[in-house]
Amino acid sequence: MALDDRKTTDFKFVGTRPDRPDGLDKVTGRALFGADAYAPGMLHGAIVRSPHAHARIVRIDTSKAEALDGVKAVVTRADFAKGLSGEFSFVLENVMAGEKALYDGHAVAAIAASSALIARDAVKLVEVEYEILPHVTDVDAAMAQDAPVLNASYADASVPAGHHPNVVRYHDSGHGDVEAGFAEADLVIEDSFKTEATHQGYIEPHACLATLGADGKGELWCSTQGHWIAQKTCAALVGIETSQLRVTASEIGGGFGGKTTVFVEPVALALSRKANRPVKVVMNRSEVFRATGPTSSTSMDIRIGMKKDGTITAAEGIYRLQGGAFPGAPMEFSAMCGFAPYALENVRQVGYDVISNRPKQAAYRAPGAPMASFAVESVIDELCNKLGLDPIDTRLKNASREGTKASYGPRFARIGLVETLEAAKAHPHYSAPLEPGQGRGVSCGFWFNHGGETSVSMSLSEDGTCQLAVGTPDIGGSRASMALMAAEVLGIPYENIRVTIADTATLGYNDVSHGSRVTYASGLATIKAAQDAVAKLSKRAAAKWGIPEDAVYWEDGCAKPSGANAGNFDPLPLADITQNMGATGGPISGHFEATPEGAGVSFGTHIVDAEVDPETGKTAVVRYTVIQDAGKAIHPTYVEGQFQGGAAQGIGWALNEEYVYGEDGRLQNSIFLDYRVPVASDLPMIDTVIVEVPNPGHPYGVRGVGETGIVPPLAAIANAVSAAAGVRLRHLPMSPPRILAALKAKAHEG
Amino acid sequence: MQYHSPTSFEDAAALAAEATGVTRFLAGGTDVLVQLRADITTPDTLIDIKKIPNVQAISRSDDGGWTIGVAVSGAEMREHKELGQDWPGLVEAMDLIGSTQVQGRATLVGNLCNGSPAADSVPAMVAAGASVSVTGPQGTRQVPVADIPVSPGRTSLVQGEVISAVHIPARGSNAGDAYLRFIPRTEMDIAVVGCAINVELDSNGIITQARVSLGAVAPTVLLVPEAADAIIGSALDDGALDKLAKAASAACNPISDKRGTVEFRTHVAGVLAKRAAKIAYARAQGENT
Ligand SMILES: Cc1cc2nc3c(=O)[nH]c(=O)nc-3n(C[C@H](O)[C@H](O)[C@H](O)COP(=O)(O)OP(=O)(O)OC[C@H]3O[C@@H](n4cnc5c(N)ncnc54)[C@H](O)[C@@H]3O)c2cc1C
Repeated sequence: MALDDRKTTDFKFVGTRPDRPDGLDKVTGRALFGADAYAPGMLHGAIVRSPHAHARIVRIDTSKAEALDGVKAVVTRADFAKGLSGEFSFVLENVMAGEKALYDGHAVAAIAASSALIARDAVKLVEVEYEILPHVTDVDAAMAQDAPVLNASYADASVPAGHHPNVVRYHDSGHGDVEAGFAEADLVIEDSFKTEATHQGYIEPHACLATLGADGKGELWCSTQGHWIAQKTCAALVGIETSQLRVTASEIGGGFGGKTTVFVEPVALALSRKANRPVKVVMNRSEVFRATGPTSSTSMDIRIGMKKDGTITAAEGIYRLQGGAFPGAPMEFSAMCGFAPYALENVRQVGYDVISNRPKQAAYRAPGAPMASFAVESVIDELCNKLGLDPIDTRLKNASREGTKASYGPRFARIGLVETLEAAKAHPHYSAPLEPGQGRGVSCGFWFNHGGETSVSMSLSEDGTCQLAVGTPDIGGSRASMALMAAEVLGIPYENIRVTIADTATLGYNDVSHGSRVTYASGLATIKAAQDAVAKLSKRAAAKWGIPEDAVYWEDGCAKPSGANAGNFDPLPLADITQNMGATGGPISGHFEATPEGAGVSFGTHIVDAEVDPETGKTAVVRYTVIQDAGKAIHPTYVEGQFQGGAAQGIGWALNEEYVYGEDGRLQNSIFLDYRVPVASDLPMIDTVIVEVPNPGHPYGVRGVGETGIVPPLAAIANAVSAAAGVRLRHLPMSPPRILAALKAKAHEG
Repeated sequence: MQYHSPTSFEDAAALAAEATGVTRFLAGGTDVLVQLRADITTPDTLIDIKKIPNVQAISRSDDGGWTIGVAVSGAEMREHKELGQDWPGLVEAMDLIGSTQVQGRATLVGNLCNGSPAADSVPAMVAAGASVSVTGPQGTRQVPVADIPVSPGRTSLVQGEVISAVHIPARGSNAGDAYLRFIPRTEMDIAVVGCAINVELDSNGIITQARVSLGAVAPTVLLVPEAADAIIGSALDDGALDKLAKAASAACNPISDKRGTVEFRTHVAGVLAKRAAKIAYARAQGENT
């Protein structure tokens, strides 16, 4: 449904590239992140964590810790709310274990002490008696009939009979008749794929400062992607009323989905209530890896049938996702996204959500989609190779367009997949010659994007400047984009607008900064709030001129009479109206709140050149181009940054990042030394092309861009590496030992 | 925790001899302080050796050999032109350690005494035939670098002993060394395999002497005479290189861990030996590589 007040051309501010308003604070160290908050009398918290993957907690003796000089409070599960259900109960169980420790790193108790060092020493004095239970960390092993049972009550009604209790949710969707479709194909390829769990790898560890009094009133400062969900969840977990907890989001050093839930925040609140003092808790990197949410590891089977001309006749995918010890692995998103780029008559997808002795997974950019895309686009690549087809032409032939019935059900509105594929084909990268030993890979990717509850307010100052309050923490330069959109409506300079991330007491509920929703939803609300303010400004001008309100219109930052009939008045600039607003009716502000439903889906196409050292299996990504539909790029530099960031994280995921568990079920690589995110010198310059097919659901045509960019990389890189190595790689990451083993196996086959 | 900053190695040794509990010497601190912060090792006694005179000096003796002070950082080694001309392999091995920040602190002796089988400078020192001066209650003795590590995290030094200098032999003519390591990324990583090779040639380009050393493929650094024998007497033809690779792989006794498998390490040791040998050989012939 198109909006009646859309504007997609002739922008004055939108589409320019001013400096971000938070930039100076960040480069000078003035910005306050999660760990930068202090309060008088503040204590430091530290958390006791299970060294076992699966163990019954027989006894916790905190007496020695409590006796240590400087220790002010110790909490265990007994200090949290009882009788929670659903997601709150899972989050509570995750932030503080009850009867069982379910993974290496699971919190079992916490200490507040007068210094961080005392708290750390006190942790070692807590005696926990464990009864060690058998554990399982691999998704396929966790589904096997003889797997240890983590929790027999977690499976919901969606799971068909006959599955192990570790299978807790099930998804099945599609349309047409896949077997009939496969019968029509000239070639059917069926393959199995695995991907290992990866972490979002944000540079800032989780950190918070909490105060909670015996009166049930609290304050929380934390690094989060969504302070309203933190407010709601924390209040429930410590058993207070939601509105009595005010949450302020700190400046955030990366989240990528991993900061859409809480870990240390409820613990800090419980400690504060017990000690009657403010308590700060800051995770170290090892705690971040062991006990926050990585993404799921997967095991997938894909079957695709194709005709000689490249037409896909049928496609089927089975996606098994392990999401740690609690329900919630995003298997339905894997299932729904894998085939979404293609117009398919016969398609079926099945998903399994499996629990295992690992930390509770959290969202990671386009949760579930990159893995599915890896498997699907690898099979399409193999089909193209075997049938001698061009990978872009084949994708164009099958591409989803406006009106296509998506693999997951609905019909697509106006979408830009074809445009990204055409831009990829025309890009000089696609026709550039390859050096010997190099391979080229292509992949498409899809993400839904999201609207979500949104509330925005703005107020004008007497001097004609504007304060804009949004409720979505800025994880990608969104304050700059909000200011640009507000400037566009108000007609005042970008620099005259100060954007603040308001706390929970200051605005209505705002959904988390996730689902690539911020520029879309907070942007839409900002435009509407500014239009609300403009209407009030116009009304003041009408009153001054003594003409009807509808005889005034707003242009270039001024109220103007709408024509000769309205009267002959000079344009009235915004600042001239606000200067006297106290005397002409009071303060002028604008507000908008809604749950916008028109987040346009977004597609991208990536081209990658990779090189493999056949003697060591070492890979280098030598050229990378991201082409993605942004609808409308409000601030093109930050759109490009999202594209490049998706590719960079995808390169890490594809090549070297992985959670490595030992036989003992313990995480082997909980530091950045051995959890190998790409360093700057590992990355080529990542080229970007912004395609703009306006989203009909946003006043300026915006589509979210934060997540789609991480969907194609895994497959595009795997296709490039497989071409360079001359052997198909089906297990991520494609670390040198895995590549070398594949090369040796191939040499063995002859 | 007790912190001391003695002004002589004799005092340092005496402090260490008297200390109880866990003792660490503080050179650059890039292992000691990291392990302290990460709650891995909290020393009871910390003996800072940087206040001892001359520990930051690099000097050449009359015979052409080098003495490197125990607090000389990687960055200082890299900026020392003559040392780099003589021992490019040793300098590049040290230079691979960490980042610019780490380079400003990290030392050869710290790398050696931290006891990691993957330490980058250690194979290069072993291939160079380096030794260290060890000062203890009984005075000072000279020990080959290869004899210092005994197992992961452990050295042959006894309580009360401190290393007081590193000695690198005279370079000699028609000679060159090289160090290569395998890491999955381009930097900031720990060697999955490391290989240092040091060769001397006669005037016809025939290798007369060689030392081949491997890191990260056994509990301690390896000196592999069989690998050296494979290339001695050759002009590094393909046959000699293949024998070198085989001998290097055969000497490996690695483990499978998060960084690599037994098969991978064993294979890559051979690959790196060939590649390092070619660089060392070219350097011995006077090429600037
Ligand atoms: C970010 C980072 C990256 C790194 N990358 C690498 C790498 O790529 N390769 C690599 O090999 N290492 C790496 N390291 C490890 C470390 O930097 C090196 O081992 C370094 O050479 C240690 O030297 P140091 O002077 O800092 O030692 P210190 O930390 O000061 O000491 C290390 C050990 O040596 C002992 N010691 C020091 N001096 C003496 C002495 N005179 N006599 C007897 N014992 C002594 C100490 O007691 C201690 O046990 C890295 C470390 C960090 C933090």
